[in-house]
Amino acid sequence: MSAALTPLASEEFQAPGLGIFDWPPLVQGQAWFNKPALLALIGSLLVIVLVYASFSRPKLVPRGMQNLGEMAYEFVREQVARPNLGKDSDRWMPLLFTMFFFVWIMNLFGSVIFIQFPVMSRIGYPAILSLGVWVLVMYLGMKHQGPVKFFTNVMFPPGLPKWIYVLVAPIELISTFFLRHITHAVRLFATMMAGHLIIALFSEVGWHFLFVQLTPLGAPLGVLGVIMTILLTAFELFIQALQAYVFALLTAMFINDALHPAH
Amino acid sequence: MNLLAAEEATNPLIPNVAEMVVGGFAFLVVLFFVGRLLVPRIQKTLADRVDAIEGGLKRASDAQEEAQRALQQYKDQLAEARHEASRLREEAREQGAQIKAELREEAQAEARRLVEAAHAQIEADRQQAFAQLRNEIGRLSVDLATRIVGESLEDEARRRRTVDRFLEELESSNAAVR
Repeated sequence: MSAALTPLASEEFQAPGLGIFDWPPLVQGQAWFNKPALLALIGSLLVIVLVYASFSRPKLVPRGMQNLGEMAYEFVREQVARPNLGKDSDRWMPLLFTMFFFVWIMNLFGSVIFIQFPVMSRIGYPAILSLGVWVLVMYLGMKHQGPVKFFTNVMFPPGLPKWIYVLVAPIELISTFFLRHITHAVRLFATMMAGHLIIALFSEVGWHFLFVQLTPLGAPLGVLGVIMTILLTAFELFIQALQAYVFALLTAMFINDALHPAH
Repeated sequence: MNLLAAEEATNPLIPNVAEMVVGGFAFLVVLFFVGRLLVPRIQKTLADRVDAIEGGLKRASDAQEEAQRALQQYKDQLAEARHEASRLREEAREQGAQIKAELREEAQAEARRLVEAAHAQIEADRQQAFAQLRNEIGRLSVDLATRIVGESLEDEARRRRTVDRFLEELESSNAAVR
């Protein structure tokens, strides 16, 4: 992997840049079919297989994979759905559970050896998810609160001096209906991208100073790079799960805001 | 190696439409299999489990209550039986004592009766012996007197009187001796 990232022609150390997120097509002429796309398909299949192995024939007394699946299911239900959706939780669990697992597996690819690329570090993948959530939320809000009330409930919170609505209304409109959905995607994309970039940087340091150009002065730096790579990989494993959790959590929150007027 | 080709990195914030199509398709497929088919199964199982556990708890508490009731019943019956037994024992003891007393009474009465009968018999025998003896002694005395006096006492009445007088003397001396 590191070798692929390193322009070997140069003797100078070059930090990996945004280029490491651009992948050429795997099959000539099929521009869409690159490594992230392949990983997205494999990851989807993996999620389906894992969940199928757990829940295809659920038993009253769980065994093996079902135990793991139930732990995951109950984590999403208790930590993501219940705090936001309360008694509506069960209705939205199919979406939230799928969302959490899909995002987490896609993130996890960033730390799987030989794969080592988090799919969610390509903005397109989080963007389509948050776009889907946006469409869902707009539909739910207009259905449950009324096509106009849905917007005015947010734009004109009661109990403020009249003149201040001039400021509040546009801010609320933009932030609630657009910005927070954009940041929903960008948050996930940016953390995955930054994590991948920083691990690539440290592994490149290790590779360059220990293998490409071993010098007495550079060696300690190379060792440091290897150690940091290991530590940051552990940290990244945590961040991957955390971001999947946050993504699902925000989805649950947006759905609840659409179902019930916030104020 | 690939990176050299990607020297001109595209703006990472602009989503690629092909990626969105692939990602959206992948997510919808997962949502169908996981969200539509599999999650409802585990939801049903979890609900069934809650039912089973709550039902089981309820059944257990019912059974415990039933057992408690049966135990109480047995205890009551046992206490009653103990009470009854002690009552019977007491009664038996009383009856036993009574029977013993009665038997003793009877035995004593019998003994008394026997003693009395024996006394009566003895008295009768004595009377009889006495009467016989009296006649005998009378005859013997007369014989003796006749022989001594040498003459028959001609007068029967006199003879009778003499004998009686003698006997009375004899009896009174006899009584004095006794």
